[in-house]
Amino acid sequence: MIDVKNLTKSFGDHQVLKGIDEHIYPKEKVVVIGPSGGGKSTFLRCLNLLEIPSGGTITFQGVDITDPKSDINLHRQKMGMVFQHFNLFPHMTIMNNLTLAPVQVLKKSRKEAEEKALALLDRVGLADRADSYPAQLSGGQKQRVAIVRALCMEPEVMLFDEPTSALDPEMVGEVLDVMKDLAKEGMTMVVVTHEMGFAREVGDRVLFMAEGKILEEGPPKELFDHPQHPRLQDFLSKVI
Amino acid sequence: MNVAALYESLSALNKADLTLWQNMFLRFYRAWFEADRWKTYFEGLGTTLEVTVLALAFGVVLGVLVAIVRTAHDQQRPGTKNFLLGFVNLICKIYVTIIRGTPMMVQLLIWGFVIFATSRNFTLVGALGLGINSGAYVAEIIRGGLMSLDPGQAEAGRSLGLNYIQTMRFVVIPQAFKAILPSLGNEFIVLLKDTSLISVIAGKEVVYAARAIGARTYDYMFPLIITAIMYLVMVMLFSYLQSILERRLRASDRR
Repeated sequence: MIDVKNLTKSFGDHQVLKGIDEHIYPKEKVVVIGPSGGGKSTFLRCLNLLEIPSGGTITFQGVDITDPKSDINLHRQKMGMVFQHFNLFPHMTIMNNLTLAPVQVLKKSRKEAEEKALALLDRVGLADRADSYPAQLSGGQKQRVAIVRALCMEPEVMLFDEPTSALDPEMVGEVLDVMKDLAKEGMTMVVVTHEMGFAREVGDRVLFMAEGKILEEGPPKELFDHPQHPRLQDFLSKVI
Repeated sequence: MNVAALYESLSALNKADLTLWQNMFLRFYRAWFEADRWKTYFEGLGTTLEVTVLALAFGVVLGVLVAIVRTAHDQQRPGTKNFLLGFVNLICKIYVTIIRGTPMMVQLLIWGFVIFATSRNFTLVGALGLGINSGAYVAEIIRGGLMSLDPGQAEAGRSLGLNYIQTMRFVVIPQAFKAILPSLGNEFIVLLKDTSLISVIAGKEVVYAARAIGARTYDYMFPLIITAIMYLVMVMLFSYLQSILERRLRASDRR
């Protein structure tokens, strides 16, 4: 579904990604773990070109999206993104946050977009907050709304950039539950996270990234129970 | 007894016999009622408002254009260089530097006595000079507003498939507008008061009117106080309108 070949990214002289080769299959749940500054978020942000790769190619559904001639707005519609800091639009009600893109980009009628948004909001238990503003919600609620906002575009793949890192510990669970439900429904997901429990439970495959490279990958059970790479052994000994 | 009759009776008396208040009354009467002078202030006030509106329109258009050029230039992907954009950006930078680095009064004198020395339309020349001055400040205010917004907002917009224009229109500009409204209102107040400077190039606004009346009656006190009150009332009225608008835009901050 997404094919990444020899992806590199530099900020000035600092090379953050040093050649990533990866393939993400339909319906696969890929969890990316690793130390801070290891390039996890940059890798994820390159997938929908929020960061422009310095080299290499990314092919999404058979189209090379790193080609400047390809329509990046079209590809982004099919890739939902959830941010660490939610990035809800604070000047709009929750409902308008959810319907903005479906109405403007997918050219849905307002009524149709609102029905869809309300149905999805109901599933994350926030149907009664449709007319609130983001500032009135808790962190966990904001992140659930952010997930719904991405889902309203009916994406083919969902990218999560540390979705629980900015949350109070007691709100992490409610967001992870929504993500687990999504996984059960068969959504293709790429998740950057520090939640090892989630990686173990939901991930089909776990990638360990450090120093701009994927140092080890495999099914979560294997990777967590029998880490091969010394850097991964070191990392796991510190976080678990 | 009406005001005119009171004036007649008091002015007939010996000046040395008048109380302080009677004297004040006479001076005020000459500055306001005599020869229907109050009309002169309001004519001047009309010009003041006309110049303000013209200069504001000019300044906002110019400011938005300069802000767009400078923001677009600064937000280019690293490595890409658009020569034309770079050139226009340089001009904008020079413009902002010159305008912000020289006094308003000197700029107006140059417009009035050097560049448009042969023009008799002092009001329009004054509005042009003020507008070009205001544009530089408005540009910096808008640019600051656009830059102060969390880049995550634009990223969220783009990640949903909105294009650059849609993201600007629905996500960035409404929030930036709210952020810059206080400074923009402040700039408008400064502009309104700076219109008084066009009297130096013979623009016939309210200060010009006050000075003319003062010269006629040999008494500047009341004409200048009246002028000050007129400005004060206008600024207070505008501040009130601005606070209403700000309160409405704050609806989303409720918790």
